[in-house]
Amino acid sequence: MPAAWLSAELAIQASYFVTAGLFILGLKRMSSPVTARSGILWAGAGMLVATLITFLYPGMSNYELILPAMLVGGVLAWWSGKRVAMTNMPQMIALYNGMGGGAAAAIAAVELYRGAASGYVTDSLAVAGGIIGAVSFAGSAIAFGKLQGLITRSIRFGGQQLLNLLILAAALALGVLVAGRIDAAPAAVTGLFVLALVLGVAMTLPIGGADMPVVISLYNALTGLAVGLEGFVLNNAAMIIAGTVVGSAGTLLTQLMAKAMNRSLGNVLFSGFGDTGGAATGEVSGSLKPIEAADVGVMLAFASKVIVVPGYGMAVAQAQHKIWELCQLLIDRGVNVRFAIHPVAGRMPGHMNVLLAEAGVPYDLISDLEEINAEFDTADVALIIGANDVVNPVARTDKSSPIYGMPILNADKAKNVIVIKRGKGAGFSGIENALFYLDNTRMLYGDAQKVGAELIQAVKAVG
Amino acid sequence: MTGMVALYIFMLAAFTGYEVIARVPVILHTPLMSGSNFVHGIVLVGAMVALGAAHTPLEKIIGFLGVLLAAGNAVGGYVVTERMLEMFKASGQGAKRRAPGAETH
Repeated sequence: MPAAWLSAELAIQASYFVTAGLFILGLKRMSSPVTARSGILWAGAGMLVATLITFLYPGMSNYELILPAMLVGGVLAWWSGKRVAMTNMPQMIALYNGMGGGAAAAIAAVELYRGAASGYVTDSLAVAGGIIGAVSFAGSAIAFGKLQGLITRSIRFGGQQLLNLLILAAALALGVLVAGRIDAAPAAVTGLFVLALVLGVAMTLPIGGADMPVVISLYNALTGLAVGLEGFVLNNAAMIIAGTVVGSAGTLLTQLMAKAMNRSLGNVLFSGFGDTGGAATGEVSGSLKPIEAADVGVMLAFASKVIVVPGYGMAVAQAQHKIWELCQLLIDRGVNVRFAIHPVAGRMPGHMNVLLAEAGVPYDLISDLEEINAEFDTADVALIIGANDVVNPVARTDKSSPIYGMPILNADKAKNVIVIKRGKGAGFSGIENALFYLDNTRMLYGDAQKVGAELIQAVKAVG
Repeated sequence: MTGMVALYIFMLAAFTGYEVIARVPVILHTPLMSGSNFVHGIVLVGAMVALGAAHTPLEKIIGFLGVLLAAGNAVGGYVVTERMLEMFKASGQGAKRRAPGAETH
């Protein structure tokens, strides 16, 4: 029945066209805070349309395998995505992104093992997408392990970059053999994917935890590219468009993130900085001066302007709710309270905004670096909660410091600086923080959640 | 679709991706990365087609894994993005202010 076949084909093409449009509009809406929420719904509708219509693909079989695979993968992802804490979002993105890369590699593997004989160009694209997908799969898995705390050490040794280059060269050489039909034996295809997986692991292991967001964003772009390439192989317009759009958008996003951290992408990937406890410690004079919560409570209650600088430490302690409760008390007393967000506060750009929004902090109290930096001069108290490197003044002054030149929040300009911190350790970069030793700085040690509760009591006690 | 047309699609899609993201505020970087992570979950469609055409047991196993992983990418990406953007529901000035102690996770 050629007529029925034709109409199914037409329906599929039309649906993919609609899906591509919905994806682009969805992403466009997601790039503005006002329309962001509807954006994911549009993109989701597109995904639903494309998935359903694909069941009508001509010549499809193995439905008894397709449906259980979708069900298992979907249910596991739904379950894990629903219950993960907001602080752990970055590693979940890494995990789901790696799955996409793995799926792209799997498509390439099926096509290559089958030897579908569709030409050199198609096979080359399948090989390229397969390598990129497998690297993204393995690399994202390592990134997940690092952020989740499963992998704590960054493995580095001399000649590591050279070794990675050799692995890449070997994978490419096998790729030429396979795509050029010189040796398309299953063993060559298997070797190709094994090398790509090893490369993904080897590339990601030496990169420190602080740089992981940039790396995840890069792998996100790579998965997009891999999906786009496999789209060419399968002659699937929806995959080509969606994959390529994500590939280029993800590349730009990666650059924006690296820029916010004052790093180049090459620096992130190849320098090995960005690890805990590694870098040299600068010379710092002065001493750490502790303070009690009750004294801070009085200080806050009688301040006219308080700027809160939240960092990842606040997020891990799940203290954003307590801190907001404290701030509401202060606002009721007539204190001008603002939140200052550094571009890389949290684990990713924008991560802290999500966490504060979760606690119910209104947007108009949240300011970014450019907006707020001039206001520290007029603030009575800068309340630093679990933030470290983003307020370290050596970034302005000490040329030998690894974070020199990174834009920081000028918390040291406030009349009083209160630092809530769990212990005396250095920040993510391993650099001593000169701010903590200033004359106008007091240290309030303890878990941010517990300290928050104590401060609430202290402010209430002022009456 | 001829190779040349595919190449044009590739170029235009690349520019589209760049333009769509170009002026995004920092607060949306993480949700947007998550959103684009969801969008490449369209790989599910390709994985379904690949498994649908698989013949040998090896092809079927890899194809099965492909569909499973792709479904995870699509569903997980959606759930996580939706949860993050949920926070932006009360956007603008009319932001909600919950009573102290009434917050839930």
